[in-house]
Amino acid sequence: MRGESVFSLRRLGAIIAKEFVQMRRDRITFAMMVGIPLIQLCLFGYAINQDPRHLPTALVNADQGPLTRSIAASLQRSGYFDIVDGDLPERDAREALALGEAQFVITVPVDFERDIRRGRVPVLLVEADATDPGATSNAIAALPRIIDLALEREMARRSVESSAGPPRIDVRLHALYNPEAKTSFNIVPGLMGVILTMTMVMITALAMTRERERGTLEMLLSMPPRPLEVLAGKIIPYIFVAYVQIALILMAAKFLFAVPVIGSLPLLLFCAFFFVLANLGMGVTFSTLAKNQLQAVQMAFFFFLPSLLLSGFMFPFRGMPEWAQSIGNALPLTHFLRIVRGVMLKGNGMPEVIPDLWPICVFLVGSMSIAVIRYRQTLD
Amino acid sequence: MLSDGIAISVKGLGKRFDEKWVVDGVDLEVPAGSVFGFLGPNGSGKTTCIRMICGLLEPSSGSGRCLEFDILKQRERIKREVGYMTQRFALYEDLTVRENLLFVARAYEVDTPRLVADEVMEKFGLADRRNQLAGALSGGWKQRLSLAAAMLHEPRLLLLDEPTAGVDPKARRDFWSEIHELSRAGLTVLVTTHYMDEAERCSDLAYIANGKILTRGKPGFLTRESGLSTFRVHGEKLFELANRLRQFDGVEQVAAFGTELHVSGPDAALLTRALEANCGPGARYEPQETLLEDVFIHLMERARR
Ligand SMILES: Nc1ncnc2c1ncn2[C@@H]1O[C@H](COP(=O)(O)OP(=O)(O)OP(=O)(O)O)[C@@H](O)[C@H]1O
Ligand SMILES: [Mg+2]
Repeated sequence: MRGESVFSLRRLGAIIAKEFVQMRRDRITFAMMVGIPLIQLCLFGYAINQDPRHLPTALVNADQGPLTRSIAASLQRSGYFDIVDGDLPERDAREALALGEAQFVITVPVDFERDIRRGRVPVLLVEADATDPGATSNAIAALPRIIDLALEREMARRSVESSAGPPRIDVRLHALYNPEAKTSFNIVPGLMGVILTMTMVMITALAMTRERERGTLEMLLSMPPRPLEVLAGKIIPYIFVAYVQIALILMAAKFLFAVPVIGSLPLLLFCAFFFVLANLGMGVTFSTLAKNQLQAVQMAFFFFLPSLLLSGFMFPFRGMPEWAQSIGNALPLTHFLRIVRGVMLKGNGMPEVIPDLWPICVFLVGSMSIAVIRYRQTLD
Repeated sequence: MLSDGIAISVKGLGKRFDEKWVVDGVDLEVPAGSVFGFLGPNGSGKTTCIRMICGLLEPSSGSGRCLEFDILKQRERIKREVGYMTQRFALYEDLTVRENLLFVARAYEVDTPRLVADEVMEKFGLADRRNQLAGALSGGWKQRLSLAAAMLHEPRLLLLDEPTAGVDPKARRDFWSEIHELSRAGLTVLVTTHYMDEAERCSDLAYIANGKILTRGKPGFLTRESGLSTFRVHGEKLFELANRLRQFDGVEQVAAFGTELHVSGPDAALLTRALEANCGPGARYEPQETLLEDVFIHLMERARR
């Protein structure tokens, strides 16, 4: 009965069974595992409006013709743009933009209408305050369509046929924006990564530190289970929890927010496995450093905050300075966000996913190695 | 089996925590089949010693053997053959009695965990409380559960760190009969305690203070070796008498026991003179056997000086 095995499945089973019972008894942690996803989904999905409308817009109108008036009216009707000033001198418009009084400045060039009638392609300059790309992206996305519609209607009404086919306008956008941040669908898939990071790191860090704090570690260490068995036994139940969370979020994405899943679901679940493990490894590492549960939570937050801020979840990744991007690139969440968004929204397959999967695996190997090395077999 | 009949043998065992030697050059031999009492004041290093013996702490110095295994290199083997009951309750408070025992049984890879857990519960009278959360047990029942967990895998050596702290007298007596029975069956038991009646029931004793072993031997031998003489004093105004006696040379300990005083000191002649000078017509004194408690308090005082 007492094998000399280095790794025993029976001892592993003992720990897994025990963890599951403890998980079931620990109401608060359980509530955290289910509650955090739900609260965050509601907060980010509903409360935080990712489709802002009525953005103040200033016109610099050098043309003043009926067509420009019609375009202005269409912009206003779309709901995205509130024309706060129909005719500003160019200098004042810039200032309004700089001061944040206007989110957009649209400049209509001289001879705009005449150029269209002659079949030329005049430039309509749209300058956007892109400090918060999330705020402007939807309006920007809607802009060409709004202008085209206005144009068509105006031309039809006046039954003017231009000599050179349908009228065209070159809408030129001057703004830094991240094309990936275009849709509010972005947020729900992204939340999957954020929630997994938060709960996985924190819960494992807590679970391990709790043994030390409650004194049960002394008992555990005096029994045969080896470090690897203890670590695996602690981690495996949380992999299960992670998939419950993923299922919860995917269901919310589909039924509450109507987010499409264009790509392969199995691929997504496969990638999630490595991401979850990477975070669990991080949690275990923290637990080997923390003296008590409070410290463990603090460390988990220390990891969670940069993940949240620098991964491209809160702010568009390409909008960040280079140093922030390099930190972001070192975090597994950054890569997982790209994978989830890519698979769910763009229908990415394995080849597109690989460039973001291997950094996660590197992180995973790193965090697990530190965890195993630091996990001690003795009390000192 | 052990070739030399010694279950634990350590030499020069030491442990340093932040520059302080908490255990300092401990030599210890625990005969197989003995009930070995490990005594000493709070913070003297008993728990630390035991942890080093069962491989939970890395010794800072020294070497030794626990059963036939090296305490530095064969920790895994030691863990399987030794049952360790920690001083502080170390089972899972959020598991029930049965779940705890089942976990321990599986962790030791016992062949039929459920059966063994049930047997152990039966044996330790825990069956009625099988579905109670361990955290909701009273102190004495927690101790019993810990003991059950430590013995479940039928170890050859039991290390018990204050197993009877907070346990009622009847349960303590039962516990000690159990220990003696086990030791007759060949089990070696190393036990720490602060109760002197328990110390008297051990077959061997060692006394540690400030991390150093001060003395060791059979209980009777220790009282003789200490060279202490003790007198019992009855009479009136014992409180004032006690205060007066404490000032005298040769009087080391004055302790009240109910309606008597126990007075002891290392020099019988000096002690008698002090008693003669102080006991008036209202008080009588007579010699009595020195107790282990007197010996240990004597040792403790000497260690402090
Ligand atoms: N992990 C540790 N780090 C630092 N000091 C420690 C550690 N563990 C124990 N000590 C110190 O070592 C000394 C001996 O402690 P130990 O627990 O061995 O005493 P003990 O004889 O078991 O006492 P008690 O009778 O109160 O249980 C104490 O002064 C304690 O503060
Ligand atoms: Mg102790």
